[in-house]
Amino acid sequence: MKVTLRIQKYNPEKDSEPYYQEFVLEAGDEKERILDLLHQAKWKHDGTLTFRRSCAHGVCGSDGIRINGRNRLACSTLLRDVNYKKPIVIEPLPSLPIVKDLIVDMSDFYKKYEAVKPYLVNNSPPPEHERLQSNEDAEKLFESAKCILCGCCTTSCPSSWSDENYIGPAALLKAYRFVFDTRDDAADERLDVIDTPDGAWRCHTIFNCVEACPKEINITWHISQLKKQLAQREM
Amino acid sequence: MITHQYDVLIVGAGGAGLRAALEIPEGFSCAVLSKVFPTRSHTGAAQGGIGAALGNEEEDSWEWHMFDTVKGSDYLGDQEAIEIMTKDASRAIIELEHMGMPFSRTPEGKIAQRRFGGHTRPEDPADPDSKHIAVKRSCYSADRTGHVMLHTLYENCIKQKVHFFSEFYVTELIMSGNACAGIVAMDIATSEVHVFHAKAVMLATGGYGRVFRITSNAHAGTGDGFSLVYNSGLPLQDMEFVQFHPTGLWKLGILISEAARGEGGILLNNKGERFMERYAPTVKDLAPRDMVSRAIITEIREGRGFKGSDGTYYVHLDVSHLSKEVINDKLPEITGFARTYLGVEPTKEPIPIQPTAHYAMGGIPTTPNAEVTKDKKNTKVPGLYAAGEAACVSVHGANRLGTNSLLDLIVFGRRGGKAIAEFIKEADFAPLPADAAERTLSRIDKIMNSKGTEKVGALRTELQDKMMDKVGVFRNENDLKEMTSEIKSLYERYQNVAIDDKGKIFNTDLIEAIELGSLLDTAEPIIYGALVRQESRGAHSREDFPNRDDKNWLKHTLVFKKDGTPKIDYKPVSITRFQPKERKY
Repeated sequence: MKVTLRIQKYNPEKDSEPYYQEFVLEAGDEKERILDLLHQAKWKHDGTLTFRRSCAHGVCGSDGIRINGRNRLACSTLLRDVNYKKPIVIEPLPSLPIVKDLIVDMSDFYKKYEAVKPYLVNNSPPPEHERLQSNEDAEKLFESAKCILCGCCTTSCPSSWSDENYIGPAALLKAYRFVFDTRDDAADERLDVIDTPDGAWRCHTIFNCVEACPKEINITWHISQLKKQLAQREM
Repeated sequence: MITHQYDVLIVGAGGAGLRAALEIPEGFSCAVLSKVFPTRSHTGAAQGGIGAALGNEEEDSWEWHMFDTVKGSDYLGDQEAIEIMTKDASRAIIELEHMGMPFSRTPEGKIAQRRFGGHTRPEDPADPDSKHIAVKRSCYSADRTGHVMLHTLYENCIKQKVHFFSEFYVTELIMSGNACAGIVAMDIATSEVHVFHAKAVMLATGGYGRVFRITSNAHAGTGDGFSLVYNSGLPLQDMEFVQFHPTGLWKLGILISEAARGEGGILLNNKGERFMERYAPTVKDLAPRDMVSRAIITEIREGRGFKGSDGTYYVHLDVSHLSKEVINDKLPEITGFARTYLGVEPTKEPIPIQPTAHYAMGGIPTTPNAEVTKDKKNTKVPGLYAAGEAACVSVHGANRLGTNSLLDLIVFGRRGGKAIAEFIKEADFAPLPADAAERTLSRIDKIMNSKGTEKVGALRTELQDKMMDKVGVFRNENDLKEMTSEIKSLYERYQNVAIDDKGKIFNTDLIEAIELGSLLDTAEPIIYGALVRQESRGAHSREDFPNRDDKNWLKHTLVFKKDGTPKIDYKPVSITRFQPKERKY
């Protein structure tokens, strides 16, 4: 069957502003990935079409894009997940500078991730064996540890759009990952980083991040746990 | 052109590269280059676990782990290196835990372990010759072990302020006399060529799954490191040993971890038979990957597979009898893949699977300290190191056991990092040749200005289809001979490749064209290794030579490129504790 992708293109070497180009493509069935169709467009029609991708099954986080107005991974979105009877609109993730076509500059996103000290800090000398942790405590981290840093959440967040200094849901989720790790000693330092108007308090529980997350992480819930922790600390 | 100088350059930011970077002491400059952002590396796709005889769930010992690895390798693994790896495994896992890796836990709060293919213990621990049964040795974090390991290592690199060049694509090794003097790389964002002058270079560039049509590997898995070495006149070792993982999602090749079978999943043919009972009566579905893949293809060839809508075949992996808790808590990711990509509900129905190109047992020959060697006498190449899937130490021999790849990354990544840390204290920078970037610049220029008629995508698909059909799970002389002329013609046609994108910003059209060169440079030694090895051992299965032949073939293959043509040599196998025996499960 024939499907149409309406892809936003922009090459700063030649174009003054982004424009849309339509590709009419052949899809085997409705289980075809949007990534397969992007490849078909690139490999058979227009080699200049530019996007990131690697694992092609939703674990590396390279191919976050906007599909019909929603942030998703090209490799985890199948034709049947969208209305393919009409042209499918493909755009780069919003609110980050466009480098070319579907590629955005993620450096600000990574900078904010690094700001929350995204690593375990444990000041006691390591024991000979593993540090013990109950499975219950370990599992409290698993959902947040699923994050693949694709950027779908942060770039879907209206608070991020309106406040470029907002640290954003992805970085907050990473903060949760360590603040609630029973092995970590630096919760207070991380909480200091996010206890600001541009930190956790900029989250207005809009839930866009939850809808955008391709790993089905309830990011807003995780942020609310951080807010609770901040409030308790205050008292 | 921009020139940099670093004491150490690490190419690749997966498990091995990141672990190595953590060993470079303060006071020395070190940079890690990666063609993707580090956490996009393919280590993150590993699912089921990492092997170590921690004995947290039941009695275990590193000697049993060593024996299983030797036997799993079909006796081609170097036992000296395997001993180092299995002895160091528990320390390495505990170190990851201390770095912050989140593991699933036992009721006592220790690292949880599960069963995995080929990992066994004697039923009677006092009698090593008693029947071997599956053992819980795989340390895991649900079915996202590689993902959390990759992130933990990257997080520790941030803590240690490691310097990264993300989205830099390495095009060439700079050799200065016998030594490695650095690398040439292209900044993908701008197409600018950079020369990196270094005392030591480590290649941690991963595998080559994309040589084959059906693969579990990322699009980035184009064998770039093998190509860099092969084009420098250095050998590649045991390239004929390609692991086909038995359970890739049908048509897509996406990995469904052995953990599915470790937790109790079984394989079924179109008669509903649990066919692995016939091929491996004791461990059944938990036989090593080479045996299970052959069993699946044999079932299909003998008419007991399922025919799919597109005419290709599959068998079933059934986990529907497992409890919802096991499926949701221990296998959430992979059951999610079945739902997302095939629309199959694994709690209710079996998952269609087929063997998928998964792992390179062969690669760049190294010592157990990750030092690259260049001949049968293991003569070292000063300043050049390799670790991880790109390297061939060899701990996996003719077939790798599941969970040993993540272990290989952190054990030999660390050992390589330590060896480099020693080397740079004494070594000087080898002189940088004046024309270091010439070859890269002219290669880029040629592709950018080509008016040729060949397209990268079409040529790559042709290579992948042919490799899958002729150099797959089963091989024979006719097919392999045909492939030696095919690869020659593909190389010729590659000279005639042209691209659409003539720009400088993020030119992935150009990158894919260069990557196609890497794929060809990887396919060639695989084909030649497979053609000369007239026996069946581990993952290399010759229909015309169905038996293992220790008398003639208990040796490593080395393939070099000399004057444009592949040349073969051989290297002895290190056998210390375990004499070769028939491999039965």
